[in-house]
Amino acid sequence: MNNQYLPNTPEQRRQMLEAIGVGSVEELFSYIPEKLRLNRPLNLPHPMAEARLMAHMEELAGRNEVGAVSFLGGGIYDHFSPAAIDHILTRSEFYTAYTPYQPEVSQGTLQAIFEYQTMICELTGADVANASLYDGATALAEAAIIALNTTRNSKILLAGTMHPWYRKVLDTYMADLDAQVAEIPAVDGRLDLDALAGMVDKDTAAILVQSPNFFGIIEDLPGIGKMLEGHKGLFVVCTDPISLGILEAPARLGADIVVGEGQSLGLAQSFGGPLLGFMGVTEKLTRRIPGRVVGETRDTQGRRGFVLTLQTREQHIRREKATSNICSNQALCALAASVYLSLMGPGGLREVARQSLLKAAYAREQLAQIPGVEVPHAGPWFKEFALKLPRPAAAVIDAMVDRGYYAGIDLGRFYPGMEDCLLVAVTEKRTREEIDGFRAALQEVLK
Amino acid sequence: MGHPIPLIFERSVPGRTGYSLPECDVPEVPVQQLLPAGQIRQEAPRLPQVSEGDVIRHYVNLSSLNHSVDTGFYPLGSCTMKYNPKVNETATRLPGFARLHPLVPERCAQGALELMYNLEQYLAEITGMDAVSLQPVAGAHGEYTGLKIIAAYHKARGDHKRTTVLVPDSAHGTNPASAAMVGMKIVEVKSDCHGCVCLEDLKAKVDDTVAALMLTNPNTLGLFDINIAEIAEIVHNAGGLLYYDGANANAILGKVRPGDTGFDVVHLNLHKTFSTPHGGGGPGSGPVGVKAQLIPYLPAPRVVKEGDQYRLDYNLPDSIGKVHSFYGNFGVNVRAYTYIRMMGGEGLERVSEDAVLNANYLQARLKGHYHLEYDRLCMHEFVLSGKLQKAHGVRTLDIAKRLLDFGVHPPTIYFPLIIDEAIMIEPTETEGKETLDYFIDVMLQIAREAKEDPENVTQAPHTTPVSRLDEVGAARNPVLRWQP
Repeated sequence: MNNQYLPNTPEQRRQMLEAIGVGSVEELFSYIPEKLRLNRPLNLPHPMAEARLMAHMEELAGRNEVGAVSFLGGGIYDHFSPAAIDHILTRSEFYTAYTPYQPEVSQGTLQAIFEYQTMICELTGADVANASLYDGATALAEAAIIALNTTRNSKILLAGTMHPWYRKVLDTYMADLDAQVAEIPAVDGRLDLDALAGMVDKDTAAILVQSPNFFGIIEDLPGIGKMLEGHKGLFVVCTDPISLGILEAPARLGADIVVGEGQSLGLAQSFGGPLLGFMGVTEKLTRRIPGRVVGETRDTQGRRGFVLTLQTREQHIRREKATSNICSNQALCALAASVYLSLMGPGGLREVARQSLLKAAYAREQLAQIPGVEVPHAGPWFKEFALKLPRPAAAVIDAMVDRGYYAGIDLGRFYPGMEDCLLVAVTEKRTREEIDGFRAALQEVLK
Repeated sequence: MGHPIPLIFERSVPGRTGYSLPECDVPEVPVQQLLPAGQIRQEAPRLPQVSEGDVIRHYVNLSSLNHSVDTGFYPLGSCTMKYNPKVNETATRLPGFARLHPLVPERCAQGALELMYNLEQYLAEITGMDAVSLQPVAGAHGEYTGLKIIAAYHKARGDHKRTTVLVPDSAHGTNPASAAMVGMKIVEVKSDCHGCVCLEDLKAKVDDTVAALMLTNPNTLGLFDINIAEIAEIVHNAGGLLYYDGANANAILGKVRPGDTGFDVVHLNLHKTFSTPHGGGGPGSGPVGVKAQLIPYLPAPRVVKEGDQYRLDYNLPDSIGKVHSFYGNFGVNVRAYTYIRMMGGEGLERVSEDAVLNANYLQARLKGHYHLEYDRLCMHEFVLSGKLQKAHGVRTLDIAKRLLDFGVHPPTIYFPLIIDEAIMIEPTETEGKETLDYFIDVMLQIAREAKEDPENVTQAPHTTPVSRLDEVGAARNPVLRWQP
């Protein structure tokens, strides 16, 4: 067969076999015991030429509805992503490189990660950031593992207002470790600080809070941070990096570890992956941080250069005693975030955050005027909010798709009893016209 | 442009911008009215203030400092640095994939769900497994998920004493680290001189506390463990399961399937065998495949097909739960799907044939010049030892660094640990003979230099953007961010 990815010709194959001293390619597989061999062709579809293949891929992609005006959030957001980002991501010197183990020929990746780490520190207020983790959910789980290992305590206090799927991932990671996870109850879509006060004690390893939380509400981070004063438990805040254009850096409000999902920073929604887990920690936790970390150094001629560092924390050295099993980062996603944050700068990020805030506020006010629609919480919100509908949200969402809108997320999927609640996200990309159109369509659907 | 390139922060000019955003077209309200007083940002993050042109030039110049598959040969053992087809990149960027939100109603994501469903079927067929989950996003994440599944299986049977995982001493470091994360203890099994599992040691260490044996086959020496059937029998008879680390799956496509050789759980690295790019360290994808009795424990949700419709099934009471925010690295999985459809079964089999042919050719041509611990036909990779060169004061690290001067990325070095001064070479199937011949010439030249001009090797590299870097100093006095 001819194939554009397999360069060796029959003549070259023959020459190579001769150099090896065997008569056929089959002989090279002769060590595999015959009885174990798959002695039939793989049962897979026939190869496709590129033109036909692209037609097939376009057909598959075409059966996904992406034309609707989106008010979907829940961890993945339709923020604006400048065209320049993909031009950098398609530089194949970046995307076809391996993990930068050979620093002399990996300074591009290493310097980009060093810059990314700096940006995450600037956003979160943390002293140290790693080179990234898989996603927001696993970053949260890794933060909990740091807390267990650092405090030698076992009690994890987990916000009930945390993204429900992040909580599920955390449950998976905690299940086999010496950890007890207790849920901090919420009142009015926000953590119940009185209840939390009664839960914190000397055995607390960490408080895990999301702010803005799953309902889009900004938690009382200063108030929660104070509860750990005099305790060794760590304060872990999971946040939306866009919100940090306008909201105070969590580490300045007492967070020991700041994590979150970086998809909003220029990454495609891509049906929920690849994503970008970011993590920043206080200086005293530097050697507890999981995953890759890049540091600055000098070469033999005194020139600045960058290397993977603090590797004695990692699996290839420490094996079962490593801080984590993670062996990669999401380098290309971190690069996307770096390009995004470079383009936006402090002013652009603030404006994205401000417009998201104002447009969400406008949308909330407009939608609340629809007869039968209520806002079940009192806020304060960032860019996402819940709406109580006079009918089950699932059917409303379905009817809105036919009118060209992704209305939001059915909260009943995650919170039993909230079947008539819709979670609506509004980014800076939404226009007043789209929001007004959304209101009109929803009003019609609810008639 | 020469190195060093300034940091993006050092290019910052106050007041310069690199974005355009629409005017705010909703009523302006002071943010103080909407946000809690104590939580309004006091100081803006010190992000760079640069133009779009500044940003592009900065990152394009940085990219030129990288070695990559698209710029040169990358014979990095166990990493399968094959060519990354461009059609994969185009396919995954189709708006119908790239702009799809994970929580749209299922009827609006039928193309994505069908792709996921079919990719799972293909990977199951390739590995000889009964079902696959695409949720793990990396090899180590796949290992973690697979071990969770194994732990759940034993617990569901009331078999609570199974708390150890057997790992060969030649194993990748993630194996023991992953086992530790599921709360298991590690017991190392010795390898024989071929890097194969020492059966006597296995028999001595297997008991009723063993949850699983983790193995890669071909092993880290690039040799197929011919005792695999017996190994499986020993572990299964003791009530344990067999875990297949798919790091080396590029050697076996269409030839032998882990599921047919006794493995119960596998993970694959789609960024190795299935041509998705490494991205400088991610994103990858690490799907997990299992045999029928383990299906109930797979991560939730699972894609199911009902008639001609696809949906996500969350009602999986025995599942280990979720390991990722959503459904894994979909964008990477689209690339792997594209690749498999391009190649077909026939093409994938040819991939392994050429990968094994290329490796054996290099081994045959290099073995007189570098020590080869065990001289037999290899699979997709092989391990040389630099001990002949060590006698001249040239270490394997030096050989690796000297290769950089010839535009070749070094092989994996000092791994596996069981070979002194190891040099692990994996050419992959996407390199032509003339590239292999160039590499051979370079390796022979370095071997000559080691004898005649060792300093030229120990001082290498000479032509890279930076010379050897002070890694000890970097770790001792960590500078992990730019400071104004």
